[in-house]
Amino acid sequence: MLNAEKRRTLVLLIPVVLILTGYVLYPTLRTAYESFLHNGVPSFQNYEDFFGSKAKANLQALWNSVWISLLSVLFSALIGVPLAYIFNRYEFPGRRFFSNIAIMPIVLPSLVGVMAFMFLYGEAGLIPNAIKDLLNLSEVPFKIGGISGILIVHAYTMYPYFYMTTASALSNLDLSLEEAASNLGANRFKVFWQVTFPLLTPGFVAASLLVFMVSMASFSAPFLLAGGFRVLSLQIYFSKINGDLEMAATQSVILSIVSIAFLLFMRWYQGRKDYRMASKGIGAHRSEVNNPMLKWTMVTLGVFAVIILLLPHATLLILSLVPEGTWTWQTYPAVFNLENYKMLFDTPYIWEPVRNSLIMAVIACFGVFVFGIFTSYALVKRNFIGKNLLDILVMIPWALPATVIGMNLILAFNSPNPFSFGQILVGTFWILPLAYFIRFLPLVVRSTNAVLEQLDDSIEEAAQNLGAKWFYTFRKVVIPIIMPGVLSGTLLAFVQAVGEFPTSVLLYTIGNRPISIEIMNQLRMFNIGQAAAYGMIQVALIAVVMFISSRFLGVKAEKSLG
Amino acid sequence: MSTVHLSAITKQFGKVTAVEDLDLLIKEGEFFTFLGPSGCGKTTTLRMVAGFYYPTKGVVKFNDRVMTTVPPEKRNTGMVFQNYALFPHMTVFENVAFGLKVRKMSKEETKKRVEDVLRKVRLDQYAERQVSQLSGGQQQRVALARALVIEPDILLLDEPLSNLDARLRDEMRAEILRLQKEYKITTIYVTHDQVEALTMSDRIAVFNSGKCQQVGTPTEIYNEPVNDFVAEFIGETNLLGVSEAGLGENHRLYHVDALGSKVKVNNTSLNVAGYTENDELRLSVRPEAIEVSAQPVAGENVFPGKVKLVQFTGAAVHTYVEMNDRLTLVGTALNQGPSTYLKEGAEVYVRLPEDQIRIVPKAGV
Repeated sequence: MLNAEKRRTLVLLIPVVLILTGYVLYPTLRTAYESFLHNGVPSFQNYEDFFGSKAKANLQALWNSVWISLLSVLFSALIGVPLAYIFNRYEFPGRRFFSNIAIMPIVLPSLVGVMAFMFLYGEAGLIPNAIKDLLNLSEVPFKIGGISGILIVHAYTMYPYFYMTTASALSNLDLSLEEAASNLGANRFKVFWQVTFPLLTPGFVAASLLVFMVSMASFSAPFLLAGGFRVLSLQIYFSKINGDLEMAATQSVILSIVSIAFLLFMRWYQGRKDYRMASKGIGAHRSEVNNPMLKWTMVTLGVFAVIILLLPHATLLILSLVPEGTWTWQTYPAVFNLENYKMLFDTPYIWEPVRNSLIMAVIACFGVFVFGIFTSYALVKRNFIGKNLLDILVMIPWALPATVIGMNLILAFNSPNPFSFGQILVGTFWILPLAYFIRFLPLVVRSTNAVLEQLDDSIEEAAQNLGAKWFYTFRKVVIPIIMPGVLSGTLLAFVQAVGEFPTSVLLYTIGNRPISIEIMNQLRMFNIGQAAAYGMIQVALIAVVMFISSRFLGVKAEKSLG
Repeated sequence: MSTVHLSAITKQFGKVTAVEDLDLLIKEGEFFTFLGPSGCGKTTTLRMVAGFYYPTKGVVKFNDRVMTTVPPEKRNTGMVFQNYALFPHMTVFENVAFGLKVRKMSKEETKKRVEDVLRKVRLDQYAERQVSQLSGGQQQRVALARALVIEPDILLLDEPLSNLDARLRDEMRAEILRLQKEYKITTIYVTHDQVEALTMSDRIAVFNSGKCQQVGTPTEIYNEPVNDFVAEFIGETNLLGVSEAGLGENHRLYHVDALGSKVKVNNTSLNVAGYTENDELRLSVRPEAIEVSAQPVAGENVFPGKVKLVQFTGAAVHTYVEMNDRLTLVGTALNQGPSTYLKEGAEVYVRLPEDQIRIVPKAGV
């Protein structure tokens, strides 16, 4: 017999399971199935091609992806950890400002960030040319591109993962532990390596895995900078463009296996008992730097870091003021005005991508908002068989590289099926909002899970005890309490959807091309100013949303990454 | 106002039996306490009354209405949770008004009732505050007001004082009793604190490992425990293993293994609990009943010993007397000044008064 409680769980679960099956599980399985087809006939041919001698490029790309990711982890850690340590353990003038600036890279959408780097440090970049002219060199002293370009962009965009985990671990660290070590006779060096460092390691491992995954999935940087260099995420795109969907499926499966293996490893690692502080933190305590030499060294370092960190943003701003056709053969742009911004608002075809992006992001966000609440509620507050499975299913889109999600959707919806209501979705407007919905659902579920786990069951019971029915309780008690978490997840999903490039490039049509696609188009037409203006719009949107989240929802920026 | 009748209630969670074969009848207007150590099934039982759990077996009745599987929102009970469970996004007024709003009461009536109940819990000044701005004791009173304002048939209190400091606890104890008497509501109070139970309750049910050990008034529970668990859990006591050793005219004889000798116990129901032949027996004697004296004392059940420790607690003095290497007895006397304190190491005589001893069976597991 089903009692009321179980019936309710079932009613909640049916839509959740249907949607996750139809739009996450089915496309994933469909890709796996497709990878075993060769010209429509079941075979292992694709895998033989991948690993065999015939197509070395694929194996090479996989290998490239792996070592690029390992190096990205290393560089991100080398930048993020010391920066976090200095900005969080020492008190010196401007510390607060520096530590706020340190997370600025996250407001640059990947494509825009790469673009800014290209124009800063690339062949025609402002910095190399400026140095050349200043020192009267005949050649530019350095330029980024290919592997070095990808690595530098990765280090810049991914070090905040290390910075934030280290900073939060440091502020949770009970200083009496270090004091206890000193009291027992350990010198400063010993204290750091024997006490502080071991306590920070769980954070390092988590950040490393995260950077590795993000870097494996990275698409924009190789797309714009790789040249002839091949990485796996890019190979998928090329296979698709060349019409070899079966090979693209095979490549997707292999990239997915690597990513999911890492996700599982990470879950296992985080689920292990870690030594978190039992005592309540006394709050961050920073040692005042009194030695003037040291103090001003730190300030200089801070200023230097801020300049480097903000240069891409500044470049973007400057470039966005360069009107079309005024910067061609010259080393530096000469004309600056607001033409590009003006065109955004008075030229319909320039405005169209912005409108498309906004509309599609709003649709996707409405979806993740509603669906995220119910999914998260079912996962946190209900007990049922297969809960773990559902939990993994929700997180799959988070673990899968965006390129793979795009491929999954292409393979699942380029023929009619019940989940597309018998329509072919590929090539229609709806495929992109659907892709955004799937891709960013985990963001909302995660942030909602966090607040729901904090919500004591007795709150709901109290409402029930006072006579409120389940749905009334849900509306009047649960939702208002969890709203900050849901909203912060949704807002984050919104900004990511506005900046999303990899799935967009696989699935867009002329009718629904979003901002990122138009940036790519404008870059191809060497209309750098307009591309930068689009980029500025994305940056501005992200900045506004982050401000709202931290100001009104009390959400720390670091939460939005984890 | 209503009676609560639990008959043959069993609650299992998977393979674990949380409550086993429980029968209880709680009278109208009674202040009834479930007392027991943590994990004994008292909160589970309370939650079955509230409707958050449905019993695996058995029937829950309010008056004559069968409530066994009625959902919680239709039971009209008012519950105060251990952590208060105040709605963090509402003000004090909104919290208290919640139950009335659900009942679709008019705005004016709601306002009147909420103000009335807030006055009764002395929080009328705080109506517009956010609950997070209140102290623990104030939050407690909001929770109480929220439960009372819906005029529940039964008031359920789940360890409501356990999060308060000692002083506030005394104050709230009086407050809860005052309100309960004022509203004359049938009240079920769950606690693991015996002082709370003894001072507040009309009747107490003592729980241990899913079973109700004894139901009775505070004096019954304290003076006539049915087994060694109740004797030991409520108040302090000295427990000695004994076996039957004969029957006199007005008394019985028991052999105390640890003393290697017999003691005499009055043969009344106050001194000897019901037991069967198969029961292991224990002798329970409260520290305040034991007489410890430096001079030889006249009467029955006098044994020599040596003072091991004298503990001064202010109002009372505990004297630990080592009878032999297997047995130490504790005697408690009210403080009568320094001249009456015994010296550690002194040879003393201990008397176990035959009218103060209670023979109880060992609790079945």
